[in-house]
Amino acid sequence: MSAKKSYEEINEKIKRGEAVVVTAEEVIGIVAEKGYAKAAQEIDVVTTGTFGPMCSSGAFINFGHSNPRIKMKKVWLNGVEAYSGIAAVDAYIGAGQLPENDPENKVFPGRFTYGGGHVIHDLLARKDIRLEAVGYGTNCYPNKKVDTIITLDDVNDAFLFNPRNAYQNYNCAINLGDKVIYTYMGILKPKVGNASYSSAGQLSPLLNDPYYRTIGIGTRIFLGGGVGYVAWNGTQHHPNVARGENGVPQTGAGTLALIGDLKQMDPNWLVGLSFIGYGATMAVGIGIPIPILDEEMLHYTAVKDEDIYCPIVDYNEGYPYNKPMDLGLVNYKDLKNGKIIFNGKEVVTTPQSSYPRARKIAETLKGWIQRGQFELTQPVANIPSADADIDFKSIPERNPGATNLNGGNRRD
Amino acid sequence: MKNKLVCYFSAAQSEQPIIYRLVKNYDLIINIIKADINPQKEGYLVLELEGDKNSYDEGVIFIKSLGVVVEPLSETVVWQPEVCIQCGACASFCPTEALNIDRDSMEISFDNSKCVVCGMCLDCCPTRAIQLHFEIKEAV
Ligand code: SF4
Ligand code: SF4
Repeated sequence: MSAKKSYEEINEKIKRGEAVVVTAEEVIGIVAEKGYAKAAQEIDVVTTGTFGPMCSSGAFINFGHSNPRIKMKKVWLNGVEAYSGIAAVDAYIGAGQLPENDPENKVFPGRFTYGGGHVIHDLLARKDIRLEAVGYGTNCYPNKKVDTIITLDDVNDAFLFNPRNAYQNYNCAINLGDKVIYTYMGILKPKVGNASYSSAGQLSPLLNDPYYRTIGIGTRIFLGGGVGYVAWNGTQHHPNVARGENGVPQTGAGTLALIGDLKQMDPNWLVGLSFIGYGATMAVGIGIPIPILDEEMLHYTAVKDEDIYCPIVDYNEGYPYNKPMDLGLVNYKDLKNGKIIFNGKEVVTTPQSSYPRARKIAETLKGWIQRGQFELTQPVANIPSADADIDFKSIPERNPGATNLNGGNRRD
Repeated sequence: MKNKLVCYFSAAQSEQPIIYRLVKNYDLIINIIKADINPQKEGYLVLELEGDKNSYDEGVIFIKSLGVVVEPLSETVVWQPEVCIQCGACASFCPTEALNIDRDSMEISFDNSKCVVCGMCLDCCPTRAIQLHFEIKEAV
């Protein structure tokens, strides 16, 4: 008998506290013991998790008005600029933004000890934050300056809106050069001295639903320790890439844009990070529940680290200068064991994404569902899948000097 | 030669142009790593002195002659588990397995007794959970 379940049936069981929920790690053992058919009948939900650096993250904030009112032209939180080219007291603080006076890479490699991700973490930790804003003054918004102290509880709204999170697979980064390099994949030692990777592998959300059958627009998720939603596919969503027989992409593919109320999140799950020589960013905790609608979904969620492959990419020349190099694939079992073989040589591996934290997220979400606190949602609409025809574009090289767009307005 | 020293001094000594003399009379390259002077003008300076052996030795004798207490700097690495996010990046930089990943749980642990204070792990930690601490006594 093939087991088929609807979202409604699964939610009824969750409400009754009877749903069988396991993590994407536990499901592997259960399938090995009971087989797919039996396990698919028994299991209702598989929970996933990931916790790693995700630069394309940030928060919209509405500060409320000063008296007199202000139309903020520029806004800074603890010296880090937030984008304010929207309504009067709305702004967007991006995880990668640096303080105005940051020494950056002037003394190489720079330290990047504070940035937008740290601001978001400090807001969540309910710390005092300095809010500075300037405006040019209008009849309706006469104030030109605000300089004060706020906390997260003082603002009207604060919601996380991350344009690209939860990358479905990622590169394994090496350095073929003969000098150490400092990248968003961490420090890469010369002559392939280490190999850096950044995915939770078998626990990672989109690797457990490779064709986005159940993860789509409107899916309710664990985000930053609270509840969030999938808003859209993420930027650079590129589902039509090479895939293994199990459907799992063999390179970075799908991405998600995520949204959620910052005020109910937890500072443990949104943590500011400093990558030496690269910049500041933020680690984001994400967990997505996958309904076991049928045996096919169970097959997807039972994927193991040894069956997930990612490409080895050189970050000395290959990545920065877009030089195509075929350096082969490597699987997450080897990466997690601490050593891979590259060109016949053993190379130590450097993780960037926290597997223990990913596991904790999957466990936490499992607990929420088991206790009936968190119900599953059917996507309102699907995001493009492997049959899409999405072109991965680059910036065109054209000569702006020869055109007279927008009356010739330009920055210089 | 090159060495790191902690110089503990009292109010009277802090009035003296110690650094100026070390540079001028002993031709030493000086890097001030840390300084802490309280309102009573007592405190310490952590210095890195670099120069040829003779001038280095004479420079140190000079500092001591002013009554400043000079001791070699002792550094320790401190790992703050409450700040660490368990990414595991540091372990692949540690030559002694003082920072080590348990491959079943993928969790990081730190064993101070294995640490040789090489400093390799400091730069790669994105949360700055690993810090270098100087052992400094109360000012004398
Ligand atoms: S200082 Fe060196 S030995 Fe000590 S933990 Fe760091 S890398 Fe390991
Ligand atoms: S690099 Fe830092 S955050 Fe990552 S495991 Fe080591 S101490 Fe923890």
